[in-house]
Amino acid sequence: MRELRYYEAVGEALAEEMRRDERVFQMGEDIGLFGGTFRTTEGHMAEFGSRRVRDTPIAEAGIVGLAIGAAFAGLRPVPELMTMNFAIVAMDQIVNHAAKMHYMFGGQIHLPITIRAPGGGGTQKGAQHSHSIESWFVNTPGIRVVIPSTPYDVKGLLKTSIRSDDVVLFIEHEMLYAKKGPVPEEEYLIPFGVADIKRAGRDVTIIAWSKMVYEALRAAEILAEEGIEAEVLDPRTLDPMDWEAVLSSVARTRRCVVAEEGWRKVGVGAEIAAHVQEHLFFELDAPVQRVAAADVPTPYSKQLEQAALPHAEDIVRAVLKIAT
Amino acid sequence: MIPAADQVQMYRQMLLIRRLEERVAEMYGDGKIGGFTHLYIGQEAVAVGGISSLNHDDYVISTYRDHGHFLARGGDPKKFMAELFGRSTGVCRGKGGSMHLADADHYFFGGTGIVGASLPIAAGLGLACRYRDDDRIVMCFFGDGATNQGVFHEALNFAKLWNLPVIFVCENNFYGIGTVVSYSSALTEVHKKAAGYGMPGYKINGMDVLEVRRTCEEVVRMVRGGAGPALIEARCYRYQGHSMTDPGRYRARAEEDLWRKRDPIPRLAKGLLAAGYATEARLAEIEREIEALTEEAVRFADASPEPDLSALYDDVFVERYPSDPHA
Repeated sequence: MRELRYYEAVGEALAEEMRRDERVFQMGEDIGLFGGTFRTTEGHMAEFGSRRVRDTPIAEAGIVGLAIGAAFAGLRPVPELMTMNFAIVAMDQIVNHAAKMHYMFGGQIHLPITIRAPGGGGTQKGAQHSHSIESWFVNTPGIRVVIPSTPYDVKGLLKTSIRSDDVVLFIEHEMLYAKKGPVPEEEYLIPFGVADIKRAGRDVTIIAWSKMVYEALRAAEILAEEGIEAEVLDPRTLDPMDWEAVLSSVARTRRCVVAEEGWRKVGVGAEIAAHVQEHLFFELDAPVQRVAAADVPTPYSKQLEQAALPHAEDIVRAVLKIAT
Repeated sequence: MIPAADQVQMYRQMLLIRRLEERVAEMYGDGKIGGFTHLYIGQEAVAVGGISSLNHDDYVISTYRDHGHFLARGGDPKKFMAELFGRSTGVCRGKGGSMHLADADHYFFGGTGIVGASLPIAAGLGLACRYRDDDRIVMCFFGDGATNQGVFHEALNFAKLWNLPVIFVCENNFYGIGTVVSYSSALTEVHKKAAGYGMPGYKINGMDVLEVRRTCEEVVRMVRGGAGPALIEARCYRYQGHSMTDPGRYRARAEEDLWRKRDPIPRLAKGLLAAGYATEARLAEIEREIEALTEEAVRFADASPEPDLSALYDDVFVERYPSDPHA
């Protein structure tokens, strides 16, 4: 099968959906003439023109607000926030408007909006440019949270997001854009709420998404040398969540570690740990462990930043703590 | 020249809003309506003059003081009152309430409790009009307080930059809750803020429905013709406090009395009589019709059922998954 980079898979999904549906259009900072700060929209303005690939001012609340209005009128906007960090600027439009309007207007209107944004740290961008804040949005009713780890997943899930009639926050990862992986030529979609087992194992379930999937896979390699077979489960979408897959894996392995790049305190891992113990308390051989970022603003210094972010070694330690 | 029939219709709409709002105040006092309720009494000429200058399928969007715009857009008084009562027959099935009225059938998209937040959404509706190259335009109502929010400036910039067919109508009632505009705005002449974005700004008397209508008709024609966005500042006054819980002690009695003398409803009545567009008997008949409509709306709301508890989890999403909240 041919291989694409993650950013190319994003770009291909966007282009295919725009060819398929005239109502789909993109807007964002530097997505047009510049081709996207992470090259995801390269060539799109040339193919679709400035009507459907719209360069915007630096005005994130405005970008999401305009997407909401355009969706009210029946279009299917795909706004890009240059990074997840700027979603914080647009919080009112995302959380207080996009996520709520279908409900508070009694279902009268649909908001088929896919907000794309890359998140994550690890490149010394410091406290304001290294966010993994997916938990904020998982906490908010009314918004889907999609967070793919591979080129294959990113393409199939982005296409599904754009065809969804709900508000989707589609979180890419800055450090995954260059990753290569198999992506079929023929069209495919990946449904929401279907986890993917990235590595099968019988001794412990490591639940991880986005870049942490790779840390979890590296941890599984290290653990294999110790004779521990870890299963790596990637939920791929955090809302909806494939609880059935999570519970069935943990019921088999009887041990669970959740690994996320976001902060530990009230993170997605806390929700998963709570859910697992509510349903599998008597099947568990050990308490669910959480691996996450240190609860500090991400520091600039390379050494401090690496200490703040979770790594494969932290996952290994968490597994070893409960493996014996 | 505004046709006689239109003028009578505008009178009727202003009176409908006034009488319904009076009943809303009463029902709020009786505990039938909860939460925040912001009355539109005193500002009726702006919604009615503005919205009556639009086509039926133009888009309208409002703020938390949205009752007047909902009704002027043709919203059903029964569904309106039922929504305020939180009943299942409400226009938003009892999920929205006073601040979150929307009526998709009439292209009315709310209703938001966040000051200024509807402005970029209005620009987005305008973007859709341009995207499809259709003949529609957008009218966006907001208060003077919204003009100090960041998104006001983002929205005006977007609208002018992309030449979007949006009419921004600022209802300047001089107070953001209890803070007078000169205390919160570096530039109290709101219409002059249009100049910062290279769009035309108009200052009009928002207590005179005919002036509002005349200006809006002209601006609608320009905007529909492709001239890009415009900002209208309609100076008006809310007779009541900011919301039902605000006695409005920050305003001088003399100031309130002065504005009440400019009431748009008797003003238009006088004009209709003088021009021979309506007789005293016709105006009295309209008053009776509206009294009946108002009474019917209250009766309908009161008789309507509360939403079924099963509705709690409806419409969080369009497409449902097993992990979604459910009973």
